Amino acid sequence: MQIVTPELGLIFWQLVIFGIVLLLLRAFAWKPILSSLKERESSIEGALRMADQAKLEMQQLKAGNEKLLADARMERDRILKEATDVSNQLIEQAKTKATEEGSRMILQAREAIQNEKNAALAEVKNTAAKLSIDIAERILRRELADQPAQQQLVDSYLQEVKLN
Amino acid sequence: MKRLLLALLCLFSFSVYANEPTSTQEEATDKEAFSPGEMILHHIGDAHEWHFATLGDEEHGTHLTLPLPVIAFRPGKGLSVFSSSQLAEGKTYDGLKLEHEHLVSEDGSKVYDFSITKNVASLMLSAALLLLVFTSVARGYAKRGSGAPKGIQSFFEPIIVFVRDEVAKKSIGPKYERYMPYLLTVFFFIWFNNLLGLVPGGANLTGNIAVTLTLAVLTLLITLFSSNKNYWHHIFATPGVPKALLPIMIPVEIIGIFVKPFSLMVRLFANITAGHIVILSFISLIFIFRNIGVAPVTLAFGLFINMLELLVAILQAYIFTLLTAMYIGGAVEEHHDADYQMGGGNGADEAHAHAH
Repeated sequence: MQIVTPELGLIFWQLVIFGIVLLLLRAFAWKPILSSLKERESSIEGALRMADQAKLEMQQLKAGNEKLLADARMERDRILKEATDVSNQLIEQAKTKATEEGSRMILQAREAIQNEKNAALAEVKNTAAKLSIDIAERILRRELADQPAQQQLVDSYLQEVKLN
Repeated sequence: MKRLLLALLCLFSFSVYANEPTSTQEEATDKEAFSPGEMILHHIGDAHEWHFATLGDEEHGTHLTLPLPVIAFRPGKGLSVFSSSQLAEGKTYDGLKLEHEHLVSEDGSKVYDFSITKNVASLMLSAALLLLVFTSVARGYAKRGSGAPKGIQSFFEPIIVFVRDEVAKKSIGPKYERYMPYLLTVFFFIWFNNLLGLVPGGANLTGNIAVTLTLAVLTLLITLFSSNKNYWHHIFATPGVPKALLPIMIPVEIIGIFVKPFSLMVRLFANITAGHIVILSFISLIFIFRNIGVAPVTLAFGLFINMLELLVAILQAYIFTLLTAMYIGGAVEEHHDADYQMGGGNGADEAHAHAH
């Protein structure tokens, strides 16, 4: 039964040496090792979390960029549309103005023509009257002694003749 | 399981004793007679000197031994320290002599033997090795900070992380950190010494009952000192057990407290010692048959068992650590419902199954 009988000496040494090893390893090995492991794990975890966050931020940035781009496109379209509208309006305005001016000028021209015509007709009347008088004078100088009576008669005739 | 082990042990020790008279008889008739039982017992037992080899025959050859200091304490006479070479071959020194590697005094008075025996020397060697290895691992962490591990550090890191995550965290729970130094030290102490025991000429330290007893008692003490109210409540008023049954249950639970570390002690001792015995038995075959033809068989089986022992070395370290963690876990657990059975019962059985 010797192998199953624990010996006092070995128990004593085992207790002493194992105790010393335990204390020394705890102080100089396990504590620094475990704390370094923990530190590393937390730093890895932190790095992973930061990467995730960066990814999220990147996505947000991308979405922001896209939104900005879409906004810019919309703005461009709006500006283009506005410009087209303005130009159309301008053309329209110019057209109306031109038409108005044209008709006004035509009207003026008509009026001028009418006036000229009237003036011309009056002159024609006067000239015709003077001519008629001259002719009549020449005719009647010989035949008629009473010139004023003759003139009156001619005037009355002329009054009758409406020249327009 | 435990009873079976004990029965096996008893059988083994009986057979050894049965062998002894015949072997001494043979020795009387034939000096050259080889007694495997004696040789094996000598190899797995402790010694006051570190014997490496014998060149030539037993009587006249050269013994390559390292004498170790004998430290004896006798009440009244005090401490006496001298080299074990003084006691070689049955010599007497200072009224002391060795009887079957047991230090006794000539006049039959009590002797307390604190000698640096082969096992103690091996223990010191392993302690130095452990300190050397793990302080250098720790230096790696100091040097590289939280960078990637390198060299010896990267070899031991997964093992340390395994003990922390798979053994301590799972068995003890959130309070695991306090017990990490003990668990890691026990794990690597057992593993290193198991491996040192496999080195030819090495001492069978973890296969020595005194060593496993000390470790088991330390586990018991840690369990008891870290136990909380729930633990004792479970022992003295087991939930779900009728009051009338408590007189039976309480003694059973109290026995349970001591059976757990007892199983730790026996398991480690028996596994390591059995492995050594098997290897030595195969080697003995050569000397029993005295025939070169048996060598291939012996070598093949010896090698196979040796490989197996390499596995057993780490497995037993793992099991001892795991069960220690489970016992501590049972003692510090806050909620004591069905979980307790999981931690103390099923898990332990599973580990028992693993052990064999």
